[in-house]
Amino acid sequence: MKTLDTSGYSCPEPVIMTKKALKESPEGLTVIVDNRASRENVTRYAMAVGYNVETEEGRGCWTLKISK
Amino acid sequence: MEEVKLTSLVRSSGCNAKLPPGELHKVIDSLPVRQSEMLIEGFESADDALVYDIGGDRVLIETVDFFPPMVDDPYRFGQIAAANAISDIYAMGGEPKIAMSLMCFPSCLDISVMKRIMEGAMAKTDEAGVVIAGGHTISDREPKFGLAVTGFADKNAVWSNKGAVPGDKAVLTKKLGVGILMTALKAGEAAASDAEAAIEQMCTLNKKAKEMAEGLSVHAATDVTGFSLIGHSSEVAAASCVSIEIDSSSIRFLSGAFEAARYGFIPEGRYTNEDYLALMVSFPEDFDKTLSDALYSPETSGGLLLFMSQRDADEYVKRMDGDAFVIGEVREKAEKKVIII
Repeated sequence: MKTLDTSGYSCPEPVIMTKKALKESPEGLTVIVDNRASRENVTRYAMAVGYNVETEEGRGCWTLKISK
Repeated sequence: MEEVKLTSLVRSSGCNAKLPPGELHKVIDSLPVRQSEMLIEGFESADDALVYDIGGDRVLIETVDFFPPMVDDPYRFGQIAAANAISDIYAMGGEPKIAMSLMCFPSCLDISVMKRIMEGAMAKTDEAGVVIAGGHTISDREPKFGLAVTGFADKNAVWSNKGAVPGDKAVLTKKLGVGILMTALKAGEAAASDAEAAIEQMCTLNKKAKEMAEGLSVHAATDVTGFSLIGHSSEVAAASCVSIEIDSSSIRFLSGAFEAARYGFIPEGRYTNEDYLALMVSFPEDFDKTLSDALYSPETSGGLLLFMSQRDADEYVKRMDGDAFVIGEVREKAEKKVIII
């Protein structure tokens, strides 16, 4: 699965990046976020457009597994 | 002239740029409180402005507010920043009279942009009957603008955030959703008409909202800005030693705000507000997530939140003719300062 690293970006940028990446990889995506707002907002976006989201917490970041 | 996108120069914008309340209170709470004999409201009360007794039953009310742009048009930015700064005087029941401008301006921008910001601000200060009498400008990488505003009121007519009593109705004079719509706009995801309605609302002075309360008894008042409806309600609840019940079904939202929130276009301040406020608020079980996003989200140049008796609230809503609505009721002090139903 393709990985998108949004570290260093603040909202709404990670949501825009996720939207674009999902257009290219509609089957799903792994997204790395480094702040709570991005984690919540990317999760909301993915769920609103019909994906499931699994969240894993790492050191200072989260990995969001977005899949159908 | 090359068109400059003001919002591309800043990381956060509007009242969303406020320091998280938790961080701010760590500093404020650690500082000694200084008293002045004539100072009626100081910074210990978390009110919208200071109130200073100038004798003869009159008080001076003073506030300062400035922030980075949330819109690209410099004229609109000036209007919004001025309307937002002046609002704190209205939220204290005062009549704004004079102001000083605060401008942070990047050297990369054409000086005509500064002129447009000032012209926008002056359109609003003229409307409010305020004279900008000076100011201070510094060079900064990010543009920021605002005003320090001084107003006056009769001593016994000042509104504070103390004084809400059980049974009072909470009345809000603008819709919610500005912070969310501006986040969507920044992402290029807001419908033009929705964004324009949000900008128009931010530009609207709270002058009418204040003046329409003439002759009515306002027990407590504030305005809804960066700390969200929940945050500003909790300040009134704390100062008045009551709890405030907010009926979420009676709140009006700007068109498109709900949809934008559902798709994750939510300002960062929504989460820092929750970090600070979560323990003071109760929600019903299975409460709609998007609705809680909207209630925690920062507003910029939001409406007045007034607390008055049922009778006065009914009269006020009638006078405001569709621009004010009852959103809740004051309860006896309970475990939570704000109770969402």
